[in-house]
Amino acid sequence: MKIEILGTGCPKCKKLDELTKKAVQELGISVEIKKITDINKIIDYGVMITPALVVDGNVKVAGKIPGIEEIKKWIGE
Amino acid sequence: MNKKYNFIVILGVFIFVYFAPFSQLEIPQPIIESLLMAQEYAREHVLLCLIPAFFIAGAIANFISQENVIKYFGAKTNKLISYSIASISGTILAVCSCTVLPLFAGIYKRGAGIGPATAFLYSGPAINILAIILTARILGFELGIVRAFGAIIFSVIIGLSMHFIFEKKGIKNQAEQNNITNFSAEKEERSLGKTILYFATMIGILIFANLGRDDSIEIWQLIYNFKWQITGILLIILSWMLIKWFKREELTQWRNSSLDFALQILPLLLGGVLVAGLLLGRPGSEGLIPKIWIEKLVGGNSLWSNLFASVVGALMYFATLTEIPILQGLLGAGMNKGPALALLLAGPALSLPNMLVIRSIIGTKKTLVFILLVIIMATFSGMLFGHLF
Repeated sequence: MKIEILGTGCPKCKKLDELTKKAVQELGISVEIKKITDINKIIDYGVMITPALVVDGNVKVAGKIPGIEEIKKWIGE
Repeated sequence: MNKKYNFIVILGVFIFVYFAPFSQLEIPQPIIESLLMAQEYAREHVLLCLIPAFFIAGAIANFISQENVIKYFGAKTNKLISYSIASISGTILAVCSCTVLPLFAGIYKRGAGIGPATAFLYSGPAINILAIILTARILGFELGIVRAFGAIIFSVIIGLSMHFIFEKKGIKNQAEQNNITNFSAEKEERSLGKTILYFATMIGILIFANLGRDDSIEIWQLIYNFKWQITGILLIILSWMLIKWFKREELTQWRNSSLDFALQILPLLLGGVLVAGLLLGRPGSEGLIPKIWIEKLVGGNSLWSNLFASVVGALMYFATLTEIPILQGLLGAGMNKGPALALLLAGPALSLPNMLVIRSIIGTKKTLVFILLVIIMATFSGMLFGHLF
């Protein structure tokens, strides 16, 4: 499973990063979380508002910070 | 929790700055100026203006579906709509200044193209709602309104110019120009009517709580005498709306977003105020930079002063809202209103680091043309404003 966080480095993106790390920790699984900051790559996912969370190539949420339960649900799928 | 700690620190700093008897310290004048300016901001602007503004920004960030606005930036959208939305959506979309660049790139590459994209790029940072509110409050109503309208009108002009200069004639790559994907398709929790009502109430509270005196107009005086009663009634109405129309969870998220904005922006604003106070002094006093220099460089409304202000504004990086105390200091030190507007129009949208990122998205040539357009527009509007007001 590959988790990617799309963001240019602003506080919201860092927050999503923290929350995701926490979700992964609480689920007890080992997953690689990658941060993508290059704008052109972010656009390639079709995302216009950062931050965004991508799980295995699928964009789960963009433009807002989801709750930790939602993140866990997406990872668990 | 890290955030609670930050909040307590900021609260502590605020209380300190609010009450400390700075004017009695025996230290160099510029430092006193800097501290007194911070005190003035703490006493006069934070409680009644910034805090409501943070709540409004929090509401926008949480409850206005940004995706609904973005779909107007698609390739197939009617041009008139794209440009109009591009020029004003900054109020809704640029609440977090970091979203401007990715959004700009998205509109450019996958959506409506360079015209609406540059229109948004220019207006977004300029009509950030917090900035407009604070500009009107501190620098004066005129400057606030003109800044907002200037940003909107020029963003369309700049966007159209970029479009005509650069849009390639011929078939656009159809594959790229798909419509914007909607990721978080959520049902709206509240009707549009309710949304308008609670926003109107919040804005009403902001306006009435900050109403200034104007003894020349009778009706105004009457309203002014009752401003606190009106504000109180509006607050009660707002509380009723909050209880009836919002879930507990939503209110918590709203409060958290507002807090996030405050924690993010207040330190930057404090920094800006301290620096402005140190270098320029409060209006009427001297800072480290002699008034003479300011008067010479940007004192009059000449082409040179406006141009100078535009270029400096374009290059300098202004963290959110910091352009306001800096401009307040400059105006107090003798800067003319014209160059002040020029700085306000060129400042927020551009900065050296910003230009480099834009360049990586649209290339050097387009970036240079964009910068040139911004500087020209800012210079001329500055001259016009300085001449008329």
